[in-house]
Amino acid sequence: MTQTPITTPPPPEDATERLENAIELKEVEGLSQGQIVFRRFVRHKGAMTAAAVLLLVILLATTSIGIGPIDGWWQFDHIRTHPTAIPGGRPTLQVGLDGITIGAHPFGQDDIGRDLFARVMFGTQRSLLVMVLIGVLATTIGITFGALSGFFRGRVDTFLMRLTDMVITIPIIVVGAVLGKAFGGGNAVLLGLALGLVTWTTMSRLVRGDFLSLREREFVDAARVAGASNGRIMFKHMLPNAIGVIIVNTTLLMASAIILETSLSYLGFGVSAPDISLGQLINDYQSAFATRPWLFWWPGLFIIIIALCVNFIGDGLRDAFDPRQRKIPSKRKMRQG
Amino acid sequence: MLTFLVRRLASAAVVLLASTFVFFMLVDFATDPLEELRESSQINREAQMEQRTRLLNLDTPPVLRYFLWLKGLAGFLWGQGTLGESWRTNREVTDMLAGAVGVTLRLVVVATLLAIITGVTVGIASALRQYTGFDYSITFASFLLYSLPTFWVAVLLKQWGAIGFNDFLRDPTIGLWGLIGISLVAGLVWSALVGGEVRRRLITFAVATAATAAVLWFVSSTGWFLDPSLGPVLIAVTGLAIAFGVTVLSTGLRNRRALYSAVTVVAIGVALWLPLQYVFPYATTWLILGLLTVTLAVAAVVGWAFGGPDRAQSIRTAALTAVGVALLIFADRVMQVWRIYSDYSDNRPIATIGAATPGLNGDFWVETLDQYTHLILPTTSLLLISFASYTRYSRGSLLEVLNQDYIRTARAKGLTERTVVMRHAFRNALIPLATIIPLDIAAILSGAVITERIFGWTGMGNMFITALNGDDPYPVMGFFIVTGTVAVLANLVADLVYAGLDPRIRVNA
Repeated sequence: MTQTPITTPPPPEDATERLENAIELKEVEGLSQGQIVFRRFVRHKGAMTAAAVLLLVILLATTSIGIGPIDGWWQFDHIRTHPTAIPGGRPTLQVGLDGITIGAHPFGQDDIGRDLFARVMFGTQRSLLVMVLIGVLATTIGITFGALSGFFRGRVDTFLMRLTDMVITIPIIVVGAVLGKAFGGGNAVLLGLALGLVTWTTMSRLVRGDFLSLREREFVDAARVAGASNGRIMFKHMLPNAIGVIIVNTTLLMASAIILETSLSYLGFGVSAPDISLGQLINDYQSAFATRPWLFWWPGLFIIIIALCVNFIGDGLRDAFDPRQRKIPSKRKMRQG
Repeated sequence: MLTFLVRRLASAAVVLLASTFVFFMLVDFATDPLEELRESSQINREAQMEQRTRLLNLDTPPVLRYFLWLKGLAGFLWGQGTLGESWRTNREVTDMLAGAVGVTLRLVVVATLLAIITGVTVGIASALRQYTGFDYSITFASFLLYSLPTFWVAVLLKQWGAIGFNDFLRDPTIGLWGLIGISLVAGLVWSALVGGEVRRRLITFAVATAATAAVLWFVSSTGWFLDPSLGPVLIAVTGLAIAFGVTVLSTGLRNRRALYSAVTVVAIGVALWLPLQYVFPYATTWLILGLLTVTLAVAAVVGWAFGGPDRAQSIRTAALTAVGVALLIFADRVMQVWRIYSDYSDNRPIATIGAATPGLNGDFWVETLDQYTHLILPTTSLLLISFASYTRYSRGSLLEVLNQDYIRTARAKGLTERTVVMRHAFRNALIPLATIIPLDIAAILSGAVITERIFGWTGMGNMFITALNGDDPYPVMGFFIVTGTVAVLANLVADLVYAGLDPRIRVNA
């Protein structure tokens, strides 16, 4: 298939546009849909930078203090107190003309001498854990409900969509606070699972919409004629075709999940002491803003970095999956073509 | 249409009913009014527990208690409803709500209005300058705002916005470097916004930088921040700028009748400035609203008098300009009490706590200014986040519309760019936004929970958090019934507005 794609593009208006189309076609020649999407994503500079930064944050948070029983390379932990390195517990991290000095406590120490770097890293681990739990659970529920109601329509659809409406009615932070108070109590895993139970609504609506249109397509009829069961049609044939919407929405969901978790922990209904999350750290230290502002800066900075990275990755994925998205070829390529 | 409406209302009511049930069970599970008594070491512990159990009906199953609560709610139909009572404060929930709703409403309405106006404006500008540095910066900024936790921003605003500005007021002069820096940034923003060829960019940059520097120098050297005012001259100049701006956007400068009616309105406004100063000391909210109505009526008459083939255009332009000038005059009068208010507040006018200064016995203007200084921080922190979503939505929506065939037709007819953008594209781009606004209001309502807590407002959000922390179920339910109703109605209104605005959507009755 050199110049005759399966779906004929609208007639190009002028020579430039024809040339652009030709270059575009040549670039995707012989590639599967997945490969095209992956290539587009890799080309998205913002998303790639964000992915790299996020990976770095995850690596830093996990290797430095270790996960669970496994020790990391950082000498302090988040519980023990230490004599202050610099008076006032100021951060020892310094970026100057003579290079970067890390020192004993790069992010500083809190009022009782605990190492803030270890605490922030621990909080980052916890917040990421809650974020992933919310993302996985909400995506699973959302896909299941959306697929069922889009595929079967009728009564199942009415029931599930009214259920979705009902959950949407409750402002997320409100139900989050109540659930957090009921189940959280310092347990990050339970908190993540509880919040996952109320954040699936957007996903189920989107998947339902996709399934409603997909079930009218020929390949579904073909599968049914071939004797495939309903479950097989739904999850083997239709779901891969809705994967774009699902992946994009999962990332966006995770970005809002981390904000939700930190907000709840800030309000005191999420992760609470002695456990640590980034929001809980800010809650703990907000009164210290005037005297020890770094206690407030670092956790906030990490929340923003994580949320921003996930948002950018989501944006890159959306562009990559969007069939209408076209890359404008560079001037050099236009000349060559 | 009526059947559709009735059916949607009925289904919304059922959904709301079901969600109150679920929420009641959740709250019942999450709160334990007896908790503190169980841990207490008082001698009459048992008696107290028994008393509280009787008060809250704790020995009946929660499902039955829900129906008792529902019976109280249904009582509103014949005027003797109750939402239960808080056992901590011994107050009826309805009384608690009555005070709290107004406070929250003020916050939410102001934040929503400002977010829509600024967000849509910036989004449209960013769409019209697609793929320029300005567009990319706005996109990045909106992503950043999306990712900011409200509570973090709010604490920062408190620290820098309020305390920093109040400290600055002690000696309100802007240093030389600050002046140069701010002017250069302003110049860059304007030149990126106006765009065009290099020459035009340079000219815009120079003019904007010089103008900003001049304004800053004036403000700094005269101590304007200590005793701000606009005065008739500044009102006249700004008013004329508004008149031209509105005319350019609404009809184009070629429509002389519209331009003249706008300018006439400004002249009338400036002429009325002095007489109004004698009316303002007797101001009440109703008087201000009355004056606004008169303003609009005058504008309509002026626009009508200039006439022409399309009177509506002149009237519209004149009315928009009149509202702008009225706001200027109002702002001028509020600024006049700035000094008095500063003295009230120990020269620290920007407040960080509460919705109003308690025991402030000023006249209407001082009270108004007091409300504004309290509103400014929480509104800003609420605004930032919805601003980002409005920017994204309006940008996307305008770009979508600009690709439509009817825009090409409009261009092919030889219409000016202004007409194409403002008449054909902008109006249609607003349609999808109509569905987002109600949903955003619901989102802002829950955002208010956080903001109210940080800024110490005693609104609904604060009531919710206090009650939930204090294991007090009925105020939590009271909060939920209000926000839940708002959310359900908002969804309904969104559907209806969309169906009303977009003829392609049919409501199937």
